[in-house]
Amino acid sequence: MSTPSTTEIVARCEALFEDLNFTAAREWKDAEPGRKVIGYMPVYIPREIIHAAGMLPLGVLGGGDQLEVIHGDAYYQSYICRIPRSTIELGVSGRLDFVDGMLFPSICDVIRNLSGMWKMMFPDIYSKYFDVPQTYEDEVGGRFYENEMAEFRHDLEGIAGRKVTDQDLHNSIAAYNENRRFVRDLYALRAQKPWQVPAAEAYLVIRAGMVLPVEEHTKLIGEYLAAAEIEDRPMRDNCRVILTGMFCEQPPLNLIKSLELSGCYVVDDDLMLITRWLTEDVPTKGDPLHNLSQAFLHHSESTAAKYQPDLQEKGQHLVRAVRRTGAEGVIFASPSFCDPALLDRPMLQNVLKVAGIPYIAFKYAENSGQMQPIREQAGTFTDSIKLWSAA
Amino acid sequence: MKITTSRTPIKEVVKDASMLKQKEMMAAHYDRLANAKENGEKVASTFVPGNLNELIMCFDLVNNLPEVNAIQSGLRRKSGSYVMEAEKAGHSEDVCTYVKSDIGMMAKGNIGPNGKKLPDPDVLLLSYTGCFTFMKWFELLREQYQCETIFLQTPYMADGKVTPNMIQYMVKQLKEDVIPKLERVSGVKFDIDRLREYLRKSARAEDDLVYILQSAKNKPSPIDAYFGGIYYVGPIFGAFRGTDDAIDFYRFLREEVDQRIAAGLGPVTPDGPMADEKYRLVVEGPPNYTNFRQFWKMFYEEGAVVVASSYSKVGGTYDFGFRHDPDRPLETLAEYCLGVYTNRSLPMRVDMLTNYMNEYEADGLLINSIKSCNSFSAGQLLIMREVEKRTGKPAAFIETDLVDPRYFSAANVKNRLESYFQMVEQKRSGSGKGVAA
Repeated sequence: MSTPSTTEIVARCEALFEDLNFTAAREWKDAEPGRKVIGYMPVYIPREIIHAAGMLPLGVLGGGDQLEVIHGDAYYQSYICRIPRSTIELGVSGRLDFVDGMLFPSICDVIRNLSGMWKMMFPDIYSKYFDVPQTYEDEVGGRFYENEMAEFRHDLEGIAGRKVTDQDLHNSIAAYNENRRFVRDLYALRAQKPWQVPAAEAYLVIRAGMVLPVEEHTKLIGEYLAAAEIEDRPMRDNCRVILTGMFCEQPPLNLIKSLELSGCYVVDDDLMLITRWLTEDVPTKGDPLHNLSQAFLHHSESTAAKYQPDLQEKGQHLVRAVRRTGAEGVIFASPSFCDPALLDRPMLQNVLKVAGIPYIAFKYAENSGQMQPIREQAGTFTDSIKLWSAA
Repeated sequence: MKITTSRTPIKEVVKDASMLKQKEMMAAHYDRLANAKENGEKVASTFVPGNLNELIMCFDLVNNLPEVNAIQSGLRRKSGSYVMEAEKAGHSEDVCTYVKSDIGMMAKGNIGPNGKKLPDPDVLLLSYTGCFTFMKWFELLREQYQCETIFLQTPYMADGKVTPNMIQYMVKQLKEDVIPKLERVSGVKFDIDRLREYLRKSARAEDDLVYILQSAKNKPSPIDAYFGGIYYVGPIFGAFRGTDDAIDFYRFLREEVDQRIAAGLGPVTPDGPMADEKYRLVVEGPPNYTNFRQFWKMFYEEGAVVVASSYSKVGGTYDFGFRHDPDRPLETLAEYCLGVYTNRSLPMRVDMLTNYMNEYEADGLLINSIKSCNSFSAGQLLIMREVEKRTGKPAAFIETDLVDPRYFSAANVKNRLESYFQMVEQKRSGSGKGVAA
């Protein structure tokens, strides 16, 4: 049997991306009696625990630019971002009627409040605000987090009707460790040869992991990596940039494509951070919840949704990413009205200024339609970088 | 040459004695802050929700509240230029205007409401309670002041209950991080008996505060629990909880309220005592501060009095029985933080507002939705529908902002309020009930 081409793989991923009825997840659930699906919103939850309970974790990342939001707008004022209204639309329109639970991670006040709205609107479905520590001492934040995860494990046991053993958790941790390694390989390849891994393709391949079982997703990335390596694609004189601020509400796919068309090679981003939140393998021996907690405290990504206790460290993750990937500039792309991204932005820009790294900023919504202004802004940015570097 | 101008004489604002006393207390505190450095006092900046004033006082630190500074800037019509100053420096037009007013004020010299410079803080005590923006706000201040920053996380009460895990987490943070760092910054050793004494005093003032707020169950209500309520909660939400001054103030206020009840009087408004109480409202959400008096006038001119508000619970929710408990000093601080209004889940907020509607025999619910504040605002349209459904009373929705004058449209707000009062009237005549006495 021949290896699928990038075109075939990406076509499959795009079909998954466009399917707002989550058919793949529905089919997974229907394949065996008793299967359960647990939805989650950005930015991070330990999917390992859901997987260990024999359930499918399903990433719910809003409605994109194809969903007509009719009901959702009636729940939100104009000055609140788009993702909660399209998520409500998905719920009210029955697109999530097969989901057995919904998780609302600690990311901002809007998603936090949505957890309570969900409880009121869908009282028969399990829903949980998933709190995480913002303090990073083992015996303080670590212990709190372990207990929160233990409670979640207990809740899932109730839904699954069976115990979730430590061995189940170790197996799931191993599966996600492997997935994270493949995701990291994909990011590394893109940073090394961005012309071989266009940003929109990388996005779709990673995004598929929001709806597929982890094992299947790992295999899919592996196939894409193999196909992308041998693809004959021209190297353009593009500018290497990092995208930041897109960790929650997703940009339209066209926006990502537009950036490349305007002369950018995206060599790193913070899209779907959950797929690489934990930056090192989690041990598969010992107390699994303790291991997950330790990984969260000491080996996890930096993002605006987390408190940075050390002033000197603030924003350095971005500087390191620039150095690691050879990026020439940073694009702050934030959803309109996104408190974490927009409040963080001036601090990160100050750090970049000190480090001499050029940047630009713009806002978007998941249903933004006009790409011309963004294309012009990004094009001007890349031109100016090329001019400066030539000088 | 002598130039004469013809101007309408400014009408003197009427304040009751407690309001004048409160104003004096606030002024004295701002003077203490302005003189802190020359008096050898150290300053802790912190937030109103999750304000640990008793603990701060144990270390002889003076409490500075950036939110209150922003409010003062709003009331003095200075916040607009501060917000724009921050936006010029790169802060987004989409984010909290408290933050931008604070940052803009710093950029323009950090002059407090008394015209004197506010001191740089020696420590930022980030009580991360009920508002995500707080976390970023203090990261921004830390960048500016480069001083010690202490973080206290309050878990969110998403399931409507306080769990042992939440309390243990907070007590551990207090013991292992917050207190040792406050000792280091202040050079003062922690004395738990001193904390107990302050907590004892807090509870006494809290008893009187609850009595005052619940006096609005009377008809007519002797207080306005939103506009007037802001004056009432000022000392206990700010730098006075745990002090003798707070005990004296709330006792004084209680006596004043008792006198009004005995005389059958309504609240005192800036234009004098309110005549007839026509509408009794519950209000959800913070007020607008840039046009505070104009906003209030839209209510009392129509005979509308606010009998209960959620905003008067952002610095502590005491009307369901919580009091600071000196016998469990650290646990009680944790419980206090956990219980503040914005740390409560949406279903809890709906229950609370429904309870107010019933207990205070209100005619309706009014939501003032604040552009700046997602902690309050996200979900308010569902809250409105739910409370309306449960109580059968009409609800209305207006939109303003905390301290950004660009988002206060007086004509729009007034139109909506007038329509709303008509709706309440129609609802009443439909149900055959008379106007509240």
